[in-house]
Amino acid sequence: MLWLLFFLVTAIHAELCQPDGENAFKVRLSIRTALGDKAYAWDTNEEYLFKAMVAFSMRKVPNRETTEISHVLLCNVTQRVSFWFVVTDPSKTHTLPAVEIQSAIRMNRNRINNAFFLNDQTLEFLRIPSTLAPPTDPPVPIWIIIFGVIFCIVIVATMLLILSGIQQHRRKNEGPSEMEDTEDKCENTITVENGIPCDPLDMKGGHINDAFMTEDERLTPL
Amino acid sequence: MAISPYLGGVGLGCLIVSFLVSLYYNTILTWVLWYLLNSFQHPLPWSACPLDLNRTGLVEECWDSSAVSYFWYRQTLNITADISDSGSVQWQLLVCLAASWAVLYLCVIRGIETTGKAIYFTALFPYLVLTIFLIRGLTLPGATEGLVYLFTPDMQVLRNPRVWLDAATQIFFSLSLAFGGHIAFASYNPPRNNCERDAVAIALVNSMTSLYASIAVFSVLGFKAANDHGRCLDGNILRLINAFDLPDQSISRDDYAAVLARLNTSRPEWAAGLHLDTCRLEDFLEKSAAGTGLAFIVFAEAVLHMPGAPGWAVLFFGMLFTLGLSSMFGNMESVITPLLDLGVMPRGVPKELLTGLACLVCFVSATCFTLQSGSYWLEIFDHYAASLNLILFAFFEVVGVIYVYGMKRFCDDIAWMTGRRPGLYWQVTWKVVSPLLLLTIFVAYISLLASTPPSYKAWNPQYEQFPSRQEKPYPGWVQAICVLLSFLPALSVPAVALVQLLARRRRKQQDVQQDVGPKLQDGGVC
Repeated sequence: MLWLLFFLVTAIHAELCQPDGENAFKVRLSIRTALGDKAYAWDTNEEYLFKAMVAFSMRKVPNRETTEISHVLLCNVTQRVSFWFVVTDPSKTHTLPAVEIQSAIRMNRNRINNAFFLNDQTLEFLRIPSTLAPPTDPPVPIWIIIFGVIFCIVIVATMLLILSGIQQHRRKNEGPSEMEDTEDKCENTITVENGIPCDPLDMKGGHINDAFMTEDERLTPL
Repeated sequence: MAISPYLGGVGLGCLIVSFLVSLYYNTILTWVLWYLLNSFQHPLPWSACPLDLNRTGLVEECWDSSAVSYFWYRQTLNITADISDSGSVQWQLLVCLAASWAVLYLCVIRGIETTGKAIYFTALFPYLVLTIFLIRGLTLPGATEGLVYLFTPDMQVLRNPRVWLDAATQIFFSLSLAFGGHIAFASYNPPRNNCERDAVAIALVNSMTSLYASIAVFSVLGFKAANDHGRCLDGNILRLINAFDLPDQSISRDDYAAVLARLNTSRPEWAAGLHLDTCRLEDFLEKSAAGTGLAFIVFAEAVLHMPGAPGWAVLFFGMLFTLGLSSMFGNMESVITPLLDLGVMPRGVPKELLTGLACLVCFVSATCFTLQSGSYWLEIFDHYAASLNLILFAFFEVVGVIYVYGMKRFCDDIAWMTGRRPGLYWQVTWKVVSPLLLLTIFVAYISLLASTPPSYKAWNPQYEQFPSRQEKPYPGWVQAICVLLSFLPALSVPAVALVQLLARRRRKQQDVQQDVGPKLQDGGVC
């Protein structure tokens, strides 16, 4: 009689937890990718911890506070490491709805990840999307701060240059007027022939077509 | 004007072309400045896609393309899908445009006085950064593949004449010929200057710098290609492992090919059902783009994978900014110096005011590039405003100096300046080779433009093959603007020649009338 009951129970368990079964989720772990040399082996003790974490998550859901570790069933454990799990109700006859399990896992995802030293990418619950972390936006975008600094420097430097230019201009204007009072004016006559000025400075080495020139050419001033 | 007033239109045309070029060139500087300002944070803003509204996934446009492309097309340009759809002015770009024009004004405020000091920094800093990038790039994995790709000639590609045409135009614009910038800067030299040595030095330094920069760039691109290839392989390996439930990390990148071959023979239908990508290193190497795509997408992504990414990003975009700034000095000189020489402003007006007005006018005109369709317009300006006109002006300059002014007089001038007459090489190239080459390039360019209808590549998220860019033809009014840009500056040559002809004729009539009338006075006494 006891043997019959035992077979019945295991048969029901086997039916409840099946790949692609109703309310079953596939879990995939990439321990070696996450931890490299410090990777641990996946054995039945780790499976027990996993069942405990799932039961813990389900206990946080209202109306499911009586979930036990034995209610979480694992099956099809592969070398990848991947497996399927379901959570049954206390009577162990049917599985809890997928929506409840999804929301419970999402709420406690961080605790489950930390228990295994993994993260959202290395401990994957297929069909349970994880809430992405909100980006940390500083109150003032950084580029505006740096832009403000650079712009202020540029404005200040431009003002300084313009002011020094005005000061130089004023000094030049005052200078010649003093000289005019003290000395005689030297008439600087520009000799003209046929309307073309005879430029005493032969600074331009090239031959300029004087027939075409009607205004005096000056060097580009600094 | 000193050579022949009929060719005065060349100078005026150079002024117009320099004005158009400085408009769009400073917009590129604006983009560089925007990226530079955004590089001072970790993680870099183009490293990850932003989340969508209910925080369950990434923004769809970003998911389909890539985080770097999304940052460039959406968060920087906010680009529209069509050139006729102008959109609104992007305020962040407008602010950066104002800043870059302010920096430029600061450097050219007193002309060569301030430019000469600023250029010590803007010319030397890029060399320093290039050296740093070269050393860093050569130590990255995958750099050797990039360099091998750079230096192995591809015979198939070299047989295409279009490639040679592109190379000729590239060296022409790289040396900034016919912009008027060289002439403007050279006018500040003492009259007895060894211009032959300067010319050779400019050409040599330009080519050496291009080679140096390409070695640095291609070593980083090789690193990026190797990185992408590795990630492609990793994606395939993960898919294999997940499908066959093999232990984690059991297939390394080297074993992948062997394992795939074994699977293909034993279970071919499974391997086909996995949708594995073909990962070839050559495909990733060939993806390197040119122009804005190279700097803002390819290189920005490459910088992401280097350790200490924000520092490298700051260095790279700082180098680009100083490079662009020094080019803008040349452009602004060739705009401001002719205005000064023509005596446009009355004499009492200080130089600072003239440069300020020039910068203000350019800034206001360039705001059209900060519209959402601005980058499409920039491509138009880049392709059509400068190319044909400069080739034409260079042709007129060479012909004007050698044939109108006279080869003998020109050689005498050079002998006076440098102490010896130019050799046979110079004389042959001036008389024959250069005009012929320029004419050939001009004709080839025009025939190329005329044969293919001009089109552009638009960024359209609704396109079926997104993220590929959608090829669209230009609407009629845009094509008219392209033609206008190509020929308006060049028209100044015949226009000025015509004006001069009419002026001379009127003056000759006046002189004839004066001779006939009574002689009131002799000419002045010398």
